[in-house]
Amino acid sequence: MQRLLLVSVFVIATCGLIYELIAGTLASYLLGDSITQFSTIIGAYLFAMGIGSWASAKVDKNLLAFFVRIEILVGLVGGSSAAILFLLFDQVASFRFLLYFIVTVIGILVGIEIPILLRILKDRYEFKDLVSRVFTFDYIGALFASILFPLVLVPHLGLIRSSFMFGIFNVMVALWLLYSIKEPLPWARLHKIAAGIVMIILTLGFVSSDRITSLAESNSFGGHVIFSKSTPYQRIVITRQQSDIRLYLNSNLQFSSQDEYRYHEALVHPVMSALQAPRNILIIGGGDGLALREILKYPSVAHVTLVDLDPAMTKLFSSSPMLRKLNQDSLHSPKLKVINADAFMWLKHLGANRPIFDAIFIDLPDPSNFSIGKLYSTAFYSLLHTVMGPDSLAVIQSTSPLVARKSFWCVNNTLRASGFQTSPYHALVPAFGDWGYVIASNRPYTVPTRYPAGLRFIDADTARDMFSFPPDMGPIATKIQRLDDQALIHYFDEEWSKYLIY
Amino acid sequence: MKPTRRQLLYGSGSAAIGMAAISPFVWDAIKPKKPIPGGIVGANSARGHRLRDGAFPAPVDSGKHDVIIVGSGIAGLSAAYNLDKTGIRDIRVLELEDHAGGNAHSGKNNVSAYPWGAHYVPLLSSESGHIKALFRDFGIITGEDNGLPVYNEDYILNDPDERLFLEGRWQEGLLPTIGVSTDDQAQYKRFLTHMDSFKVKRGGDDRRWFAIPIDESSADADARALDRLTMKDWMLTAGYTSEPLHGFVNYGCRDDFGVRHDEISAYAGIHYFAGRDGKAANTKPDSVITWPEGNGFLAHKLAEPMAGRILPNALVYNINDTGAGVVVDYWDGQISRRLTARAVVVATPRFIAGRLVPRLRSADFTYAPWVVANLTLNRLPGGVGADVAWDNVIKDSPALGYVVATHQVPQMQPLRTVITYYWPLTHVAPAEARKEAIARTYDDWQILFLSELYRVHPELVGQVAHMDVWLWGHAMIRPVPGFIWGQARRDALKQAPPIFTAHSDMSGISIFEEAYTHGLKASEAVKAFLT
Repeated sequence: MQRLLLVSVFVIATCGLIYELIAGTLASYLLGDSITQFSTIIGAYLFAMGIGSWASAKVDKNLLAFFVRIEILVGLVGGSSAAILFLLFDQVASFRFLLYFIVTVIGILVGIEIPILLRILKDRYEFKDLVSRVFTFDYIGALFASILFPLVLVPHLGLIRSSFMFGIFNVMVALWLLYSIKEPLPWARLHKIAAGIVMIILTLGFVSSDRITSLAESNSFGGHVIFSKSTPYQRIVITRQQSDIRLYLNSNLQFSSQDEYRYHEALVHPVMSALQAPRNILIIGGGDGLALREILKYPSVAHVTLVDLDPAMTKLFSSSPMLRKLNQDSLHSPKLKVINADAFMWLKHLGANRPIFDAIFIDLPDPSNFSIGKLYSTAFYSLLHTVMGPDSLAVIQSTSPLVARKSFWCVNNTLRASGFQTSPYHALVPAFGDWGYVIASNRPYTVPTRYPAGLRFIDADTARDMFSFPPDMGPIATKIQRLDDQALIHYFDEEWSKYLIY
Repeated sequence: MKPTRRQLLYGSGSAAIGMAAISPFVWDAIKPKKPIPGGIVGANSARGHRLRDGAFPAPVDSGKHDVIIVGSGIAGLSAAYNLDKTGIRDIRVLELEDHAGGNAHSGKNNVSAYPWGAHYVPLLSSESGHIKALFRDFGIITGEDNGLPVYNEDYILNDPDERLFLEGRWQEGLLPTIGVSTDDQAQYKRFLTHMDSFKVKRGGDDRRWFAIPIDESSADADARALDRLTMKDWMLTAGYTSEPLHGFVNYGCRDDFGVRHDEISAYAGIHYFAGRDGKAANTKPDSVITWPEGNGFLAHKLAEPMAGRILPNALVYNINDTGAGVVVDYWDGQISRRLTARAVVVATPRFIAGRLVPRLRSADFTYAPWVVANLTLNRLPGGVGADVAWDNVIKDSPALGYVVATHQVPQMQPLRTVITYYWPLTHVAPAEARKEAIARTYDDWQILFLSELYRVHPELVGQVAHMDVWLWGHAMIRPVPGFIWGQARRDALKQAPPIFTAHSDMSGISIFEEAYTHGLKASEAVKAFLT
């Protein structure tokens, strides 16, 4: 019996430290800035343990039963903490509050454990032996956890699975006690049932951890995966490494918070600043709200229609505080109307009363398959004509003219074949490479010389230079992207497959 | 008994093969937990067989009309549509089934419309000016550019058109490129060039050797001689020995005619590759025109102006020229009725026409049985190597593969779809295959189709929401050697007023253009006879 209790000390000490490490790691993954996160999480955790220790004095009878209950609770809360934090990342407005709340709850529960154990054991050992043995096992457990965590758990099991596993260990201690002690325990049966239920929950969680986030996936991205979700349309993954937040759709990088301003300023301002007081704007794709952030810098804008296929994207970028900071809460603008629909079908079925947009921004994933290729076809560009006036401008993100020269000029040439005049340009976006855009217009386009104040990348000189192409990226003849012959998909596949980084 | 690859490719003609490439053990593991809703639907063979077996009560006189058309497949609809256009409007079309359309029948559910049979038309051939007019009426051809027709972009087959499953992955196109020798590739190239040369080859009469409609073809003896041997024998004579090439050609013959390449006339086999010389201003020459509901689109358009004049569930059992008009007796499910007409167009396949009008009987007309399954899927089929295409073919399968109904919808990613699985039953003689097929239950068909689908698409296990199976006992005329340019067909082309005939049978190949042309010709003959 005594030995059993001492082994429990070892287990609960290991579990306790693991939960602390998981919370700290998760905080730095999800919120960035690891020193602050780790430091405040550890502080909060230790302080909560103090609350637990203090509260333990309030318990007077049935200490063993109380200890069993604490173990079951620690197992449940601690074990599912990582999964809860991951799952609620895009659900709650104040994620930080949730994080510290969970850390505090676990801390309090863990803080109760050792004092209660000491009191259970106080009649079976001399005081000096008791203190010495309990703390010896406690510290050994801590050492074990701190070595196990970075070397085995994070790389091989992942945070969510590790958390469930140690929750299971906590409940096992409870079950072990329930089945091995001979002295009568009040409500033993109920305790067993509760432990059993929690055990089942944790085991299910452990088994289905892959659905929450796959470990294989975390290893294939540069940063830590802080959000991942498979929607019917795509797999959305957000990673964070220090302060760099990245969005991946189907494993393809969509932006890096380090330099996305370059990409989005270059996408938006050459069109917006070329227009006299643009009022009515259409964004196709761009559910991250970053292009929208740039568009809203023009006070003349009255209505923005954003058509993005995937409701999960617009929801994520309008609810996560971290991402709302990035897009400056653009998705909450009263001028915005979000339409979660297929852009092609939406344009096709707009009906007779077609709105005319002053500016159209097509910010879609690259043409890497036949499905998305439809949105780069003459058929789609013909539909664009129907929502553009003589002075309207449209701009299309068109992959890298350096890596995928044929693909880039294929977009340009397809726009021309669809009856547009084109003005191709490019900008250096380090996370992507030298990136290309094409402006489509019905009248000749002139590069503007005046831009809104406060831009970090675009000014008159940069803008002018963007429209000149060095010889290795210059215009070439290509086939035209048509629905019945998707030449662009073949160009894109051929050109990017030679390029290792992608 | 599992057939060898060789048997499948060339067909042994003896081995009774099914599609079950999966062991019962594996099937147990993947079979649906709940039964997939659906059943055997389609061509009403029980009612049809009444014609063979049954006696009918005396008919009730039910009126007189200018023209009665028996059968509302494309030929019958074409006759009706064209008569109507020329002002002969007092027409009734009698249809055995509960719907018009024949082989161009289609279905529709809350996911998509889908075909039950014919599902595309190639760009119209240079001999098809009369069909161009129709396509303009239907908005399929929208204009002309540099002398070439401009086709409606919604209907031009979207890319990617075909993919082939072999060696555990998909490739674009139907000619195998994985694991083939340089000799195979050289033979592919030579064969395709050979077919292209046939496409433009003209006889002494300045007609193409292989024209669509087939009766516009040259009468050159050298061209007609190709009708006397099988496609396989012709290939071997011409030095084509490549096994994957034979597989590809055999696939083409089964796809278009429901006949293996070792049984089909070489003239018909080559016609499949060389007949289609159509060009368009806005798509490539080998493109085709298609719709989610397949040729059901055309059937609906043709039937539209005939609303109210097509009588479904009408089993015609007697046609008789009394001298004072032709009487047509039919069973409407409850009673027998008699209509009298000045002229009748028998637009049924010949095996039915022969039972109605004894002089039309001919044993030389044989038919290929097919089975078609429509499966509603809760996700798009995936696959490694090539994106899901319109036509998805599994190499060495007895079935032809499946067509994706939502392919023409420009939506980026439809979340659900319907796929149409085609299977010409060519492993044994048609009569035997028909018997075998009729004996199969819905569960048997489910095992056959799903075991192949799941083998290639494990991701679709549990994603099949609905499945219907349609048996076409006599789906297509079989152009076996000697049929296309033989006596039986020549006789069948003669019209004997006041009872006319119209059907693609009369061409020996079962395609839209032939059926439409015979309907149009019959309407002209009827009009001339009546006025």
